[in-house]
Amino acid sequence: MTVEDQTVEEDTVPDVHPEELPPQGSFKVLGRVAPGASREEAVGHVAEAARLVRRRDIEMVAAAGLGHIGGEYSVIDVLTTLYVHALDLEVGGLGDPERDRLVLSKGHAAAALYTTLAVTGHLPVDDLDTFMQPLSQLNGHPARTKIAAVEASTGPLGHGLPIAVGTALAAKIDGSSRRTFVITGDGELQEGSNWEALMTAGNHDLANLCLVVDRNRLQQGAQVADTNDLDPLDDKLRAFGMEVVELDGHDHGALIDAFAAVPAASGKPTAIIAHTHKGHPISFMTDEVAWHHKVPTQEQVAAALSELEAS
Amino acid sequence: MTTPTATSAPAAAAALHDCRDAFVEALIAAADADPRVVAVVNDSVGSSKLAPFAKKFGDRLVNVGIAEQDMVGVGAGLANGGKIPFVSAASCFLTARAMEQIKVDAAYSQHHMVLCGMSPGMAYGELGPTHHSIEDMAWMRVIPGLTVISPSDPAETAQAVRWAAQHDGPVFLRISRMGVPDVNPPDYEFVPGRAVTLREGTDVTVIAHGTAVTRALAGADQLAEQGISAAVLSMPTVKPLDVDAVVAAARSTKGLITVEEGLTSGLGGAVAEVVVQHQPVPMRMLGLPDVFAPTGSAGWLMDHFGISADGVVGAARELLGR
Repeated sequence: MTVEDQTVEEDTVPDVHPEELPPQGSFKVLGRVAPGASREEAVGHVAEAARLVRRRDIEMVAAAGLGHIGGEYSVIDVLTTLYVHALDLEVGGLGDPERDRLVLSKGHAAAALYTTLAVTGHLPVDDLDTFMQPLSQLNGHPARTKIAAVEASTGPLGHGLPIAVGTALAAKIDGSSRRTFVITGDGELQEGSNWEALMTAGNHDLANLCLVVDRNRLQQGAQVADTNDLDPLDDKLRAFGMEVVELDGHDHGALIDAFAAVPAASGKPTAIIAHTHKGHPISFMTDEVAWHHKVPTQEQVAAALSELEAS
Repeated sequence: MTTPTATSAPAAAAALHDCRDAFVEALIAAADADPRVVAVVNDSVGSSKLAPFAKKFGDRLVNVGIAEQDMVGVGAGLANGGKIPFVSAASCFLTARAMEQIKVDAAYSQHHMVLCGMSPGMAYGELGPTHHSIEDMAWMRVIPGLTVISPSDPAETAQAVRWAAQHDGPVFLRISRMGVPDVNPPDYEFVPGRAVTLREGTDVTVIAHGTAVTRALAGADQLAEQGISAAVLSMPTVKPLDVDAVVAAARSTKGLITVEEGLTSGLGGAVAEVVVQHQPVPMRMLGLPDVFAPTGSAGWLMDHFGISADGVVGAARELLGR
């Protein structure tokens, strides 16, 4: 094999000029779903938020010339449903000790997190322009010391779940009803620290804890199944004491219902296996492993934006 | 630098203390004073001597079992949830197994949490290098944003625990089990980041932390009998280092000797970094060179590697050419 043969396409950064991209269109602060909204209204609100987040996310990744667009697009529906609707978290209430917590363990989806925080009003929209720029607070992986709404600094995999177990334990010690949600990737579950934490969660009956696995079945280099397989993931999670729910991780209604069911009546911690697709819903990205951290060209950004517009 | 009023060396027959006793007593007092204080352990209630804490605060002790990464992550989560976790485990497992959690979840995240490395250095001498923690000070002191403290006696241990319970930031606290006498005077006050002059001297300065402070003092006693005046500087805070005290010692004496129970890359390296930049003077570093220790009791290993009065004397004479 020659050196040229080893060059991987996804490590090249296309020459993208943000100023020449299609106008950013309708990105705006949507805020959270109003109290008392119907389920249908909530689903519509979340769908619009997810669309805005996907638009802005791809623009940020293209402008930065770096990012993890595939795993961001797979998790955006989970993220927006939580921030826009499910979390008991008022905008401006980040210092409230009784707020629900969300730990994004797959920190490489940082652009999706930042954009979601902006769409709900937790982060100034203009800050998004600084993503991964020198001295920006918006690192390639989120830092709790830099952004108030970030509950945990993540990036190395297998950190978020133990931290979430700790926040859930703190709530239990306090006798508080606040809940902790944690989102991991599926490849991430190859890290042993997750299973240490799952044992702790199960043995402490942390019903106030909800793990969401972004089950897109792809990791950086290949399919999870071809790397170090997780299946049967549902049985494994059940064996560790979880109440397991499986759903379409792009179905906002299903996500709303599942998050509303936490804490589970069984008293067990909840584990939601959210079946998703990397790159969803962009036709040329979906389920393509290369889009883990491939950066879109100018033409690909334009094509993705028009697909999102039509969706 | 603080200079206590009394500087007498401990008598040879002074009672020896296991600093873990002072640790747990101070932790219980901190927990009494502040309901946010909790303990997190890895099946280490016994080895951390936390049984009295567990008895009094059973609902504030989280035992994750033998799972160090989970232990430190859970600690960070408890801090997020408003608790002040003291994460307590054998230093060899805490610092090596959970290094990335210490870096990211504690230090980078700037959580108020206290990582208590118990029985460090060669405390588990006979068990061999897997259970030695000779690397911990070198590892911990290079992590940005982490305060690193190694108390030398029970009083300093208790005060360090009290301070760490109130300090809003991550701390690594190295708690020894090897018997040590009281080396600090009765009116001693621990000040983070400050060295303590335990002995004035004009020829050479011996700088030590933790269990090595007793041995540094004994070495200074022997040197005095040989007509060599050795200052002894206790350095309970290895990070942030008391740079002013090191520079002053480098200026006021002809050379520096560091003494520590562990690799010389801990305190020795830290002092050398200051000296070469601000006031170059000859140095000798007593501790482990780039080797794993053989098996043997902690005391035997300390003597074997010259982390001892004799080691201090030899280093001083060599350094001074006398």
